[in-house]
Amino acid sequence: MLRRLHADQPDSFAFTPDNEAWARAQIAKYPEGRQASAIIPLLWRAQEQEGWLSRPAIEHVASMLDLAYIRALEVATFYFMFQLKPVGSVANVQICGTLSCMICGAEDLVGLCKEKIAAKPHTLSADGKFSWEEVECLGACSNAPMAQIGKDYYEDLTVESLGRILDEMAEGKVPTPGPQNGRYASEPASGLTSLTEWESDKLPANASVTLATEVGDTLKRIDGTEVPLVAPWTGPNAGEMARANASAHGDPVQHAAEPAAREKAPRPAPEPAATEMPKPAKPAPSAAEPAAPVTESEPARLDSPKGGTADDLKRITGVGPKLEGVLNELGFWHFDQIAQWGPAEVEWVDARLKFKGRITRDDWIAQARKLASEG
Amino acid sequence: MLKDQDRIFTNLYGMHDRSLAGAKARGHWDGTKEILTKGRDWIVDEMKASGLRGRGGAGFPTGLKWSFMPKESDGRPSYLVVNADESEPGTCKDREIMRHDPHTLVEGCLIASFAMQAHACYIYIRGEYIREKEALQAAIDEAYDAGLIGKNACGSGYDFDLYLHHGAGAYICGEETALLESLEGKKGMPRMKPPFPAGAGLYGCPTTVNNVESIAVVPTILRRGASWFSGFGRQNNAGTKVFAISGHVNNPCVVEEEMSISFEELIEKHCGGIRGGWGNLKAVIPGGSSVPCVRGENMKDAIMDFDYLRGELGSGLGTAAVIVMDNSVDIIKAIWRLSAFYKHESCGQCTPCREGTGWMMRVMDRLVKGEAAVEEIDMLFDVTKQVEGHTICALGDAAAWPIQGLIRNFRDEIEDRIRHKRGPIAAE
Repeated sequence: MLRRLHADQPDSFAFTPDNEAWARAQIAKYPEGRQASAIIPLLWRAQEQEGWLSRPAIEHVASMLDLAYIRALEVATFYFMFQLKPVGSVANVQICGTLSCMICGAEDLVGLCKEKIAAKPHTLSADGKFSWEEVECLGACSNAPMAQIGKDYYEDLTVESLGRILDEMAEGKVPTPGPQNGRYASEPASGLTSLTEWESDKLPANASVTLATEVGDTLKRIDGTEVPLVAPWTGPNAGEMARANASAHGDPVQHAAEPAAREKAPRPAPEPAATEMPKPAKPAPSAAEPAAPVTESEPARLDSPKGGTADDLKRITGVGPKLEGVLNELGFWHFDQIAQWGPAEVEWVDARLKFKGRITRDDWIAQARKLASEG
Repeated sequence: MLKDQDRIFTNLYGMHDRSLAGAKARGHWDGTKEILTKGRDWIVDEMKASGLRGRGGAGFPTGLKWSFMPKESDGRPSYLVVNADESEPGTCKDREIMRHDPHTLVEGCLIASFAMQAHACYIYIRGEYIREKEALQAAIDEAYDAGLIGKNACGSGYDFDLYLHHGAGAYICGEETALLESLEGKKGMPRMKPPFPAGAGLYGCPTTVNNVESIAVVPTILRRGASWFSGFGRQNNAGTKVFAISGHVNNPCVVEEEMSISFEELIEKHCGGIRGGWGNLKAVIPGGSSVPCVRGENMKDAIMDFDYLRGELGSGLGTAAVIVMDNSVDIIKAIWRLSAFYKHESCGQCTPCREGTGWMMRVMDRLVKGEAAVEEIDMLFDVTKQVEGHTICALGDAAAWPIQGLIRNFRDEIEDRIRHKRGPIAAE
């Protein structure tokens, strides 16, 4: 199935500080050099934050993991949970349409979505609040038919109950998820046939419903402040391998390491994470000084090219039309400007390019020196 | 019928305390250290003796699978990966385990990892299971806090870390090598075998991939003894099993039962019978979408285990996801829907599957409408045979089997529709 990026993309993406910390904790789950493993969770978090997955978000995640953009784009287009274009501002309604749900009435639910939301899937409703799609089996077949709306499963649906749910959501309410016909979970609707011991003093709701109502983020965009960050695999109780992983990634979640930090940890002052992001652990070549961050220093910049004509910076391998534009905007027009950068200046530029490590990886300085001397 | 005291998942519906304290009260995490003290070989032998066959669909003996892992490390770490990417249509059993009885899985991960000398275990849960992920992570956090896993797990001197990882909606990631690819941060495209994961799996290291249910039953089996577990079910089909029944029964549900229970007993005891009575039963898919369907009249006396369903009915137990269809169902359309599913989920790596699933779906589409020639039924059957067995993973086979099952069991109905060019029965 062909999945393309949306034509209309935002200019930039940055994780909120809490989501950034969360992302760093996820990366620490994997051994050194295997941080690519974290790509799906990170892309997912980016989508949770924004509602859909934009190209800057995909590229931002790729940079965090030191991956070529194409690797991240491959993943983003392969997996169907990634929404590559904007969805309804309140919710994207996902109706399960596979066999068990189909024979229990999912086609009628799809019909309702066509009538209430939009005639075609992946299309915004007139008020922009909803979009819908038919998805493949969501794994709640004994509670068919069902739909996932936001983060939660609404099960044992009828056309009436789904209609009511959508109406309430349009009014800004969040109806209680879970079975809509009075069932507790996936037990027989007419009464328990096994495990009757706990029935009389059962908990108020099943695990999914309890979590949904406690956290209250069914339809919410996630900024990371919803639940405290807990990452025991980076803490003192973790095994040796886990602690090695965590420290290899630069001890990303210090505040989660202390058990006391379970209470909401103090958050760093908000700052644009995209530009001030700590460098991801680098593979071998530059590992000589991995932990010593080079302090930034602003290189000499020009308001306009000397003599009115700029050098063709695209001649540097690794610089395309887009990057050239960014460099011009930052005040770089000539090869000799780039040739003069030292490590601190490279750091300054690197932080603003959102192309982590590209300058050293492609050795712009040497290229620029050569081109400047030719020119 | 299985008695409550013989059930492993005593909180399947989540009505009792779901926290660690509740799990302990129900007998979990009891004597885990002593189990580990008995040593790796004892655990593997006991698992072999229990007769547990993998609960993810293929039914491979779990203890035997564990014994393929290297006894001595060559410097590479070993990994246990738990397949919680429950996406087979009809299957919704692991979800109940993970959200309502998660400590069975966490404890199982520790014991199984210890038996395979894996110091790290990854659970790969499907991305849509957001609350299940949260519930399971909460259980993992509790276990870390209590010192049950992590450094010196349960005071056994063994270091063990458990990580929860999630996917993003690809059925193919339930295939073990595609799951490993996905866990490494790539597209979920299956790998060629050999090398098998036990030789080179996650990050090129020895890896065993097991289903959630296979791992979650381990602690109870070891506590109560292999002979207790093998006492349920017929020879070679031992144990208890979580069944997920969906479709046209009066009360669809998820329930743990004895293996080799008869279909009739399962439906009558737990599901309140077939909607409209047994005479109204048209067809059953007894093990998730990938196994061929069975005609209703052959199903009533069927024994629900691996060997009977495969040997006698040419179907399979699969994940024990029972989809029941009554006479209101247009069976051709039902199988067409599964064809659409496989077309959607084919990863596109192998040509027979990438092209074949779309081709089969389009022919099925015409069969639903009756706009085909009778000879095309044989042609379709022939094409399913060309897809089956000619792909890297079993998705090609899984796409072929439902259609083969349809043609074998309901050929008369397809021919009838073509002759009369009758439209599909409207879904009521």
